[in-house]
Amino acid sequence: MSILRVKAITKKEFIQVGRDTFSLLMAFLMPVMLLVIFGYAITLDVNKIRTVVYDQDKSSESRELISRFRDCGYFTVEAYLDNHLDIDSNLDSGNAFAAIWIPRDFSKKLQARIDSPIQIILDGSDSNTATIAQGYILAITEEYNAKFRGVRAVPLVDARIRVWYNTELKSRNFIVPGLIAVIMSVIVALLTSLTIAREWERGTMEQLISTPVKTSELILGKLIPYFVIGLIDTLVAIGMSVFLFDVALRGSIVLLIALSSIFLFGSLSFGIFISIISKSQVLAAQMAMIGTFLPAFLLSGFMFAISNMPKPLQVLTYAVPARYFVSIVKSIFLKGSTLTMIGVEALLLVIYAVAVFMIANRKLAKRIM
Amino acid sequence: MNEPAAIVARSLTRTFGKTTALTGLDFEIMRGELYGLVGPDGAGKTTTMRILSGVMLPTSGDALVAGHSVIKEPERVKEKIGYMSQRFGLYEDLTVIENIHFYADLFEVPTKERPPRIDRLLGFSNLTPFKDRLAGNLSGGMKQKLGLACALIHTPQVLLLDEPTNGVDPVSRRDFWKILYDLLREKITIFLSTAYLDEAERCTRIGLIHAGRILLEDQPALLRRSLDIRMVEIRPDNIRRAARILEEIQGIAALSVYGDRIHVGLGKTDSLQTVSGALESRGIRIDSIREIIPSLEDVFISRVARHD
Repeated sequence: MSILRVKAITKKEFIQVGRDTFSLLMAFLMPVMLLVIFGYAITLDVNKIRTVVYDQDKSSESRELISRFRDCGYFTVEAYLDNHLDIDSNLDSGNAFAAIWIPRDFSKKLQARIDSPIQIILDGSDSNTATIAQGYILAITEEYNAKFRGVRAVPLVDARIRVWYNTELKSRNFIVPGLIAVIMSVIVALLTSLTIAREWERGTMEQLISTPVKTSELILGKLIPYFVIGLIDTLVAIGMSVFLFDVALRGSIVLLIALSSIFLFGSLSFGIFISIISKSQVLAAQMAMIGTFLPAFLLSGFMFAISNMPKPLQVLTYAVPARYFVSIVKSIFLKGSTLTMIGVEALLLVIYAVAVFMIANRKLAKRIM
Repeated sequence: MNEPAAIVARSLTRTFGKTTALTGLDFEIMRGELYGLVGPDGAGKTTTMRILSGVMLPTSGDALVAGHSVIKEPERVKEKIGYMSQRFGLYEDLTVIENIHFYADLFEVPTKERPPRIDRLLGFSNLTPFKDRLAGNLSGGMKQKLGLACALIHTPQVLLLDEPTNGVDPVSRRDFWKILYDLLREKITIFLSTAYLDEAERCTRIGLIHAGRILLEDQPALLRRSLDIRMVEIRPDNIRRAARILEEIQGIAALSVYGDRIHVGLGKTDSLQTVSGALESRGIRIDSIREIIPSLEDVFISRVARHD
């Protein structure tokens, strides 16, 4: 291995990236944009449920029930209706997500201490939000009942729930750290997937392989610049998570960066591998997208819990390196995990990185077929 | 001379699937020769170049370049040769000087030796004023000279040039050849391919390649005299009809039309009268008819015609 040759290729790649606006934008602007877009857009939290109310009773009891919905913070009353047909049109048009219908005899029945039903209609086309809204509604009516009876019902089993790691149950707290992992696997693989394909396409590869440069020098020389870029992206992403999205970093930043470096090395090698086998930039970019983005997005546990997936898909996720990295980043961020707690994942990342690098090295032949 | 040959090819054969690009090429090139591999597109020139430079494996046979086998020790070969592929293989988004430094690094040229070498290379290629220009913004001729400079940065023993002057203007071509002659004086062996026969005349020795075979090989002047046919130049009044008539005559070895003249190859025993008689009897007026020294093109065409 000649350090001089590795340095020569690294320097050349740096110059080329630096002079290519598209590469620069992709290297530095894209991760920031993705983080901003996804960080703000993807939220699984349910609040401000748009609600319409059709109150036929118009009593002090009905008004109190409505104000309980309004004041809890999860519902916003969009309109008071005076026709039950308007409920249909509001839900159909998506103007409202929930409708509360209080019948004419609501307060009378309450005073008579007999069952006093109200109707609540939810838009089930978004099942996740509907399920969560259902929980809120039950809690509110339960509380209202207890207050109305004057005595609090004493439950036999009283579950006192405490949530660890993400006390406020904010979905952003687990989406943003996972997002760092997804963005890194996509950007770096995409960037590197073009490098060797580009040389074949422009005819510079033939010249390059006619020199004594070794394949390992070539691959390493091409990895280093993108490794540096990837590391800068990682630091920016961590900084944005902490300062822009207020996700507390509980664990060690040194450990996070160290493990990110290992993951970067694997992702970069994978990008190089794609570049070697495809020999054309368009094909390489497509393969990188399909080979990294889809698995990292869907099968890494970043958004969709792996334990909820069908068995065959669960098995498949073991082959997705982003899975281990997503879990590492989340653990370090939210649980403050130390290396002993995530050692297995870290080891798997090391094995993956070394294996892909070696495969890429073997695949790159200094011959024209 | 007991000096070992700079390039030895031993029954080099290369196939691509079902097509055969090279069929058992044999040649030996001595140190200090400027050898031209001459032939039309698709004859197998680029394949030969790639095998000799160690970037492509032959299907069978072997070649020794600068004393090393291209099959067993391709990397040793690569240290000792300078190769210029047919497509401009330099980085267009790097400047002239960055390209040169890049190749100097890859060949591990010692830092101390670099400044004088680079000055010299830039000097003889007249690229000094353009050394900070992006390679992509150079003219075709300058690009080729930069390619040559990069291929020479490690002072190779053997220079392999694949159609180096293809698509280059005549003035730049002349400059390029001047550089090659300078290199020859330093005892560098140059092996180049070309489709231009006028360029072939400038080589010390040429091999005519056609359909993956070397048909003949010699010094250009000797090749021209080697023809066992007589070349006759005819200027008839109706060139198209005359050519058609001549094609029907038995024993005509080669026929090619140049503007208002026809070159015809005759057997040694055939006389000029056979030709002129045949034409005049069909009503063609002959303005002039004379025997000429065959050009390389005549030699090549007559050989290819015989081969096919």
